[in-house]
Amino acid sequence: MRFGVVVFPGSNCEQDVVHAVRLLGFEADYVWHQDSDLDGFDAVVLPGGFSYGDYIRTGAVARFSPVMSEVVRFAEKGRPVLGICNGFQILTEARLLPGALLRNRGLKFICRPVHLRVDGSCSWLDLPMGTVLKIPINHNEGNYVCDEAVLSQMRENGQVVLRYCEKDGSSAGAGSAPNGALDDIAGICNERGNVFGLMPHPERVVDPITGGNDGQAFFTTVVRRLAEFES
Amino acid sequence: MADYEIFVTYKEGIFDPPGVTAERALANLGYQGVDEVKIGKYIRLSGDVDTSQVTEMCEKLLANPVIEDFRIESA
Repeated sequence: MRFGVVVFPGSNCEQDVVHAVRLLGFEADYVWHQDSDLDGFDAVVLPGGFSYGDYIRTGAVARFSPVMSEVVRFAEKGRPVLGICNGFQILTEARLLPGALLRNRGLKFICRPVHLRVDGSCSWLDLPMGTVLKIPINHNEGNYVCDEAVLSQMRENGQVVLRYCEKDGSSAGAGSAPNGALDDIAGICNERGNVFGLMPHPERVVDPITGGNDGQAFFTTVVRRLAEFES
Repeated sequence: MADYEIFVTYKEGIFDPPGVTAERALANLGYQGVDEVKIGKYIRLSGDVDTSQVTEMCEKLLANPVIEDFRIESA
């Protein structure tokens, strides 16, 4: 099982993702943004960072990197694609996921562990509904928005996979997401469930020495599901 | 050669954190009567391109139609 981790100029979490994947016993290699070949990869991860300095809008320039047309093709084939933080922003700019990520409501860069509730499932996560995870966020533009039609469609299809929540899994009320995200949305998938984007960083919590292992499930789930699919 | 001025603003209903912050800061400075501040982007573009090309550039890259509106003026 081999993961491709895309490196854009300004990405800065690619090593953490590769480390996480290898720690869990799978293969991972970097894919330079100028490459246009994803052959040999079973899953693709767009890591966090500040691709192209976040100029124009976060993810706006990275979306046109040569590798991205391959990522779109890979996703259209139903293969698993994960976007973490800046990777999530790139996926929305590339229209692989609906909506957009605006500046945090409080205008502050937020870097701290948060609680997340599992409200849906996808190729990257299929834990029991209501499971609470503790994973760090680290971003300035995580304020998710989309129009009402898209939101109700996503709710109907179960595309809202992760929501910000309290320690016990309850919602703190409308507008309580740390970044102001609509409907407390922290992570969404496409209708097919193979493309998943989230603001929190699961790759940072795969080893208890960095504060927990709630991030492991994302990488092990996709491997298990790919194996099930192929058998 | 043509010069264009492009104004990119959030769509109606999209929360604009810098705008709201400026609004509050102005009130704190004692300016009464400010109802709303909207903060957007100003882009100046010159070259051998026509308005329809500039429109395409805005739709593709310079603005995100999911959250932003844009207005193009010839400078």
